This record gives sequence, C-alpha cells and structure tokens, in this order.
Amino acid sequence: MRETAGERWGRRIVLTLLTLFVTIPLYVMVTSAAKPLQDVQNGFTWWPSRPTLQPFVDMWSTVPLARYLVNSLVVSSIAAICSVAVAIFAAFAVSRYRFRGRGVFSVTVLSTQMFPGILFLLPLFLIYVNLGNATGVELYASRTGLVITYLTFSLPFSIWMLVGYFDSIPRGLDEAAQVDGAGPLRILFQVILPAAVPGVVAVTVYAFMTAWGEVLFASVMTDESSRTLAVGLQGYSTQFNVYWNQVMAASLVVSIPVVAGFLALQRYFVAGLTAGAVK
Amino acid sequence: MATSTTAPDAGRREPRAGSPARKAARRPRGPRRSLLPYLLLAPAVVLELAIHVIPMVVGVWMSLLELTQFHIRDWSTAPFVGLENYRATLDLNSAAGKELLHSFWVTLVYSLLSVGFAWLLGMAAAVVLQRPFRGRAILRALFLTPYALPVYTAVITWSFLLQRDTGLVNHVLVDQLGLMNERPFWLIGDNSFWSLLVVSVWRNWPFAFLCLMAGLQNVPGEMYEAAAIDGAGFWRRLRSVTLPMLRPVNLVLLLVLFLWTFNDFNTPYVLFGGSAPEQADLISIHIYRSSFKTWDFGSGSAMSVALLLFLLVVSAAYLLITNRRRDDHA
Repeated sequence: MRETAGERWGRRIVLTLLTLFVTIPLYVMVTSAAKPLQDVQNGFTWWPSRPTLQPFVDMWSTVPLARYLVNSLVVSSIAAICSVAVAIFAAFAVSRYRFRGRGVFSVTVLSTQMFPGILFLLPLFLIYVNLGNATGVELYASRTGLVITYLTFSLPFSIWMLVGYFDSIPRGLDEAAQVDGAGPLRILFQVILPAAVPGVVAVTVYAFMTAWGEVLFASVMTDESSRTLAVGLQGYSTQFNVYWNQVMAASLVVSIPVVAGFLALQRYFVAGLTAGAVK
Repeated sequence: MATSTTAPDAGRREPRAGSPARKAARRPRGPRRSLLPYLLLAPAVVLELAIHVIPMVVGVWMSLLELTQFHIRDWSTAPFVGLENYRATLDLNSAAGKELLHSFWVTLVYSLLSVGFAWLLGMAAAVVLQRPFRGRAILRALFLTPYALPVYTAVITWSFLLQRDTGLVNHVLVDQLGLMNERPFWLIGDNSFWSLLVVSVWRNWPFAFLCLMAGLQNVPGEMYEAAAIDGAGFWRRLRSVTLPMLRPVNLVLLLVLFLWTFNDFNTPYVLFGGSAPEQADLISIHIYRSSFKTWDFGSGSAMSVALLLFLLVVSAAYLLITNRRRDDHA
C-alpha cells in the first residue's frame, strides 16, 4: 500500500510538532543543568553562557541529596523485589488454577488501583501513627512504612501483567513436568519462571518506577531522616533563591536510571499490555 | 491513585474451558490441592487488605466521626456524629461547600480536557508510527520518555519553564516573538489552569500512545490493504478500520486516564509547590489541604468518600453504556 503525498506530509508535520513538544522541556532540563547560577537567575538563555558541571557538584551540598537518594533507592528496591515476589505467586494461582473467588480477587485488586489515593492517605496516616503509639512498631515516618505502602501500589498491575505472561506459556510444559513428578512449586520455579524472565524483569522495573516516583504518601509519611527524592527535590527553592541549575542537574541524575530502564524494556511493557488489555 | 499504570478488567479474562491443563486443575485431588491457590494468593490478599481494604473501611468510619484536632491523637475519644460531616462539607450554601463545588468543576473540566488531548496526541503518534521508516524506533523511545520520567522531575522542569522572569515560555512569547507586552504569570491566576493542563497532557499522552500502539499491533495489515483496494482514503481507513479495531483498547484507556487525572495530586502539588491557586484547585489537593490545614480528618474523609462514590457511579454508568452499545452492534 503506497503512501500518498498528503499522508507523507501529514506524518512529517505531526512528528515534528510532537517531537518539539516532547523535546523542549527535556532540552531545558539538560542544558540548564550545565549553566552557572547567574544564567538561571537573570532571564532565560537557550545555551549556557559558560558550560559547567559545577551544578552536579553543588547539588549534593545544597540539600542532603545523598540521603534522599539512598532512601529512595532502599525503599524502591525493597518494595519492587517484594512486590514482584508476591505477584509471582498470585499470578501463578490465577493463571494455572480455577478456584472459588478467582474473579472476585482479580476485580477487587485491580479496582483498588483506580481509587483516589487521598482516600487511603488519611486512614493509613492515622493507622500508622496509632499503631506506632500502641505497639511501638514505627511505620509512620519510617522507610518500612513506605516499603509496605508502595509495594501494594504496584501489586495490582504486576499481578495482571504476570498473569498475561504466564498465560502465554504453553500448559504442555507444565504437564510434561508433572508427568516427571514435579510438584506445583517446582513447575513454577523450573518451568514457568525461566520462560517468563522478560516479563518478570519488566514488572520489577515497573514496581521500582512506581515507588521511585510516588509523591502523595512521601509528602505525608516521611520526616527529615526518611525523606525520599520525590519530596527532597523541592528543597532547592529557599525563600530567597531557587537553584534552578542544581534542581535540573539533580532531576537529570534521578531520572536517567528509570528512563533508561523503561526504554530498554519498553517492548515488554507493550507485550504485557497486549497480552492483557487487547485480548 | 498514586500508582501509575493501567489496570483494565482482568475479570473478563474467562478460562478457556477446553484446554487440558484447566481440566486437570479442576479435577478434585484432595484438600491439599484445592488449598494451594489460596496459599499462593495469601500474601497478596493480606497486603491488599492491610493497605487498601481496611483503610478504606476505616476511612468510611472516620467520615462519621467528629475527628478534629482535639481527637486526632486518640481517635477512640472522637464522638460519633453520623452524617454531620457530609452535611457540613457538601452544604452548597456554606463557604466550604462552595469551595468544594468549585474544586469539583475545575477537576471535571481539567480531566475531560486532559484525557481528550492526551488521547488525540497518542492516537496521532500511534497512527503515524504504524508504518515502518528509518528513525521510527528512536522517535518511539523519545515519545515515551515523558511518561518514563519520575513525575516530580517532569513537573519541576515544567515549573522552571513557566517561571515568569526566568522561564523559557515567557522568553519565547515576550522577548523573542513579541506577542505580549507584559510578562504574564503562568503559575498563579487564570493562566495556572492552562499550565496545569499542558503539563498533565505532556506527561500522560505517552501512556495513551503506548496502549494505542499495542492495540494497533493487533490490526492485521490485510485489512488496510483491502480497504485501500476498495478506494478508501486515509480518513476513511481511520474511521472504518483503525477506530473500530481499537475500540476495546479505547474503552479501557479512556476510563483509566479519566480516573487518574480526576484523582491527580502529584502534578498540581509539585507544579505549585505544595498548594494550588484557586483556578487550578484539583479535588485531591483541595481535600489534602483542608485536612492537613485544619486537622479535621472527619470532614476530609467525608469528602474522600463522596469523591469515591462519584467515581464509582461515573465508572458504572460508563461501563453500562459502553456495554449496551456493544450489544447493539452485535
């Protein structure tokens, strides 16, 4: 099927406009991170008057960025690993077994993800605070509380995507292993998981990104010692000054790992979406 | 909700009854066998109960209490007031009720516009990238980047762009193009709504693009060939092949995007630095601020529950209407 001249020009115009729309903020983030402070204080410049890497050095001392970074890394990694571990078992059950309550489970878990976060915030805040007062288990303002909260945020979509992957693995493999005398857990670990590695990796990255980018609960459930990047990056604006060059440098540094991870695995996300939504 | 990806209806995924594994699984094999799926699900169920279901029930209970700052340290002392919180916050003649209603309208208009534009851009990109050409993979990765960025870095960058004196937007509009004589404020006043909208579209359209791209992969190329042989032009093919084939994706996508933008907290919170101007006072921010400003969690919970009920009614109506239409077509 040949493309007409009109279609070709239409395509070029659409792509140019979208590329500009997407690229300009990214361009500003990258170039402003290499600007000296006066360039971001007196009017906007398209290019640094004197390109410098100083903001990447200064950003660590203006705010305790290293601590926020460690907090975010610890919370997001543990939340991602736990979330995927829990999701693997749940997805295996949903994919390979018929049982009473299967439909109810799927619908309930997925619908909680659509509910307003603010609905959970106030009760969860009170529950964490009161639990701490009553039992001494510190969930409020602790990294443990954040890990538990975040791992449930990514859980529904992780289960749903893994069910899609597991469903696409032929059941003939299960049966062959079963004939060899393998129990259900051995089937999961030796047959299904090895075949679903890309899916598991994609889901882990997704769970990590969810925790890495969460703002609402981080703004309420953390104090100075457990603060994550989501809240900490706002510390670059003081009453008198905003260190925009350092903000952009810090934004760039905390964005690159997740953007790289997402883009590297994008085709598995597409595959996961196709497996579930389109069916 | 605070999380950020789709969750369409898995309940629809019915078992393929004919496949041998299903039969094997259904065959009773003693109690140990039938308990296994529940054991596998137990961790997920416990977590969902602890972090979603129980807090939700507690939230409904809180909305019936006079849970003000005097009772917040020990909420067992908070008196039960029935529907008083609902009456007070939803009373449209009071100042608080008027503010809530205003916030509701702002949120509704914001969500509809944001979803509409995000869908349009996602659709345009998915269609023009359907046919392979040199550089397609790079453009696809570039277009997905706003969605892959952590939401706060994306929004912080935009707030830099929108600064009155040091931002790119005013530099281009005022200094370079000379379209305006005065440098407008973008983050306070009437303009703040449009700023919020642009930022939210910038951030969300790649998700629409990702889903529509996934959907388009399932449209067989022969359908376009056949349509082209019948003399269908670009728009005709779009209307008669692409859109009908994408219908299942669109049904889920539009609802999910609407619920996300309606509940959006992150964009206004980061863009306006913890508060929001009246013109961009989205409902989540409104509840958050009125709860933590006055420490009146009772009325905050009442507003949250009312918000949930509204969204449930809208979602149910949406699913009913779209399902009925599907039956009509069948």
